[in-house]
Amino acid sequence: MFTITRGRLALVSAVAVGAVVALAGCASGDPLDEGNSSADSETLVVGSQDYYSNEIIAEIYAQALENGGFTVDRQFRIGQREAYLPEIESGSIDVFPEYSGSLLQALEADAAGGSPDEVYTALEAALPDGLTVLDQADAADQNSWTVTQAFADTYGLTDIASLTEVTEPITVGGNSELETRPYGPTALKEKYGIEIAGFTPVEDSGGPLTVKALVDNKIQLANIYTADPNIESNNLVALDDPDNLFFPDNVVPLVSDKVDASAAEILNAVSAALDTDTLVALNAQSVNDQAAADTIATEWLTAEGLI
Amino acid sequence: MTWVLANLGLIWARTLDHVVLSLPPIVLCFVVAVPLGWLARRYRLSRGIILTGAGLLYAVPSLPLIFVLPAVIGTSLLSPVNVIIALTLYGIALMVRVVSDGLDSVDADVRQSASAMGYSTWSRFWQVELPLAGPVLLAGMRVVAVSTVSLVTVGAVIGVQSLGSLFTDGFQRGIQAEIIAGLVATVGLALLFDGALVLAGRVLMPWTRRITAAKPSAPVEVSAA
Amino acid sequence: MNLFASAIDWILDPANYVGLNAIPLRIGQHLVFSLVTVLIASAIAIPLGYLIGHTGRGRGLAVTTSGGLRAIPTLGLLTLVALWVGIGVVAPYVALTVLAIPPILAGAYTGFEAIDRRTVDAARAVGMSELQIVRKVEVPLGLPLLIGGLRSATLQVIATATLAAYVADLGLGRYLFSGLKTRDYAEMLGGSILVILLALALEGIFALIQRFVVPRGVSGRLDTAPTLRTGSPTAAR
Repeated sequence: MFTITRGRLALVSAVAVGAVVALAGCASGDPLDEGNSSADSETLVVGSQDYYSNEIIAEIYAQALENGGFTVDRQFRIGQREAYLPEIESGSIDVFPEYSGSLLQALEADAAGGSPDEVYTALEAALPDGLTVLDQADAADQNSWTVTQAFADTYGLTDIASLTEVTEPITVGGNSELETRPYGPTALKEKYGIEIAGFTPVEDSGGPLTVKALVDNKIQLANIYTADPNIESNNLVALDDPDNLFFPDNVVPLVSDKVDASAAEILNAVSAALDTDTLVALNAQSVNDQAAADTIATEWLTAEGLI
Repeated sequence: MTWVLANLGLIWARTLDHVVLSLPPIVLCFVVAVPLGWLARRYRLSRGIILTGAGLLYAVPSLPLIFVLPAVIGTSLLSPVNVIIALTLYGIALMVRVVSDGLDSVDADVRQSASAMGYSTWSRFWQVELPLAGPVLLAGMRVVAVSTVSLVTVGAVIGVQSLGSLFTDGFQRGIQAEIIAGLVATVGLALLFDGALVLAGRVLMPWTRRITAAKPSAPVEVSAA
Repeated sequence: MNLFASAIDWILDPANYVGLNAIPLRIGQHLVFSLVTVLIASAIAIPLGYLIGHTGRGRGLAVTTSGGLRAIPTLGLLTLVALWVGIGVVAPYVALTVLAIPPILAGAYTGFEAIDRRTVDAARAVGMSELQIVRKVEVPLGLPLLIGGLRSATLQVIATATLAAYVADLGLGRYLFSGLKTRDYAEMLGGSILVILLALALEGIFALIQRFVVPRGVSGRLDTAPTLRTGSPTAAR
């Protein structure tokens, strides 16, 4: 290793110098305010799922709170619900953008579904001590069983139950946790008698790879969130769900006791302004325009006059 | 490129996270491996135990280890500590053997001469054997540094933020530039650490510049995930 | 420690031995995938390594390239290739082949380099052609270090193949991800333990192979050759 150091060192040094210059350049830019993790009592910890759309909402909450004079510690991208729920229950996170139905099902496996309001009421009752939900937004980002337009046309698919008409083997795609969700492949078989040939995990939360797999017919049925801009841009069909297999998933802030009345007021104002079309548009800015979550949040809050 | 320019702040923040996760294992493993490596070389019994243990530990894949650690040490699954400890263990597993071999490579005549000149075992170790084993240790540390920087990214799949988060986020949003930026930044950081070690070696061991190694350096490998 | 007990229960649960997600099936997928990856990487790296080792040219380039390849995080390469080619096994194969090349390449050329030059010169002196030297002298004598490289590559691939489940319905990594995502720690830990055991088992098998590939007549080599001792991390893994 020491016989070849000369040429290699020159290369390494060049890279090192280049990297230092580049890093120094970044430092004078706009480093993300990572907040201080030594949270004092005045600091509100805002968390987010490991999902870009959820991060945008969390960023909106965070900026609105900061505008209202609160100090915010951002703990974004901390996994899926199963991983972060214990953190919230232990009180280490104060504000978290949640989805009413999915959260309810995570807390109560046998919860009944219903209208958004019914789910919201059930959720309030199901939350452990120390946690509450503030007003829910009109914006919903629900799970859906989605197929391509061509596939839907071939078999005349309209709702989930009509999947029994499909004569070819159906392979399902989605995040790996989908396999065991109450609306997953097992539920399709038990509830509707739909035969599922296989399950393919794609860990992108119904993102581009899932969509590509669907379009390429590598999978025929995918779990894609209804606020995903890919549904429209790729000509996909989210099958109707008249039996409420999926719970309504309205965006709702899950908060701890540390969130006082004035902070709650700020978050409620955000929820009042957030509807589904808005959410799809915000997501589209992230996926199609590749904008960063903080930029998207600032622009929207400013446009809505919330900051 | 547009994405990169618009997100320099994000890349910088993740780079800092990455440094915070990768530096402690690199430093810690060296500190722990030197006495262990010495012990492994000193006694026949400890040699067998330590080197076999290191070999087995080395074969343990890192992603599963990061999953298993919380159950063993009681940390939260999402804690960055798991990543740091796991990578420290790998570093130790590799360096223990390197230290032991490095000390082995010191000529027995040199050791005896040092003793004859009145060095105690302690001072002989620090002033003669360790410096002479230096080039071998440096080669090992370079491998540890590069692989540690690369392995830190794996933590992103369980939600520990690093440059690896650019992979998972870019993957979800379908932004290739973000993944490529993460790749370039990770490789750049690895080369930076590597270069720093080489420079440190030149400063600390000026005599090595004259050595044209007679033996080909054998490959040193690290389990990758 | 309760977690470990539940993980062991999970491993022993008969319910996990049937269907599309059966443990033996996942282990089989994991092994076949790893084996094919190492074969592809070998097909690229061994001829190249032999060329470098025999001619002594391009070594600096090989070392630098291998070092660079080694610094590439597999997760990044995997997600990037997956965005290009879609779901399935192609992306994991590409990403893991890149991972497996450096150790095999290094094993191939250091195996040649470690041979005493006098041995090669002697072969030349008795009239062997260059091809004969490679086939009858360099390849057999270089075998222990090549096997060392293959051993290292195989273990890395076995370990890293868990990531394949990020984009494909493949291997033991499936248990890790679905266990993680559903807070099923028994499954997650159980899957992790299986990967660890698989890696250790292969480590043992390779250790045995390495003992048996030493050509007759040079059987003392493993204990005395300086490269094998000082460069041991490969041989040791």
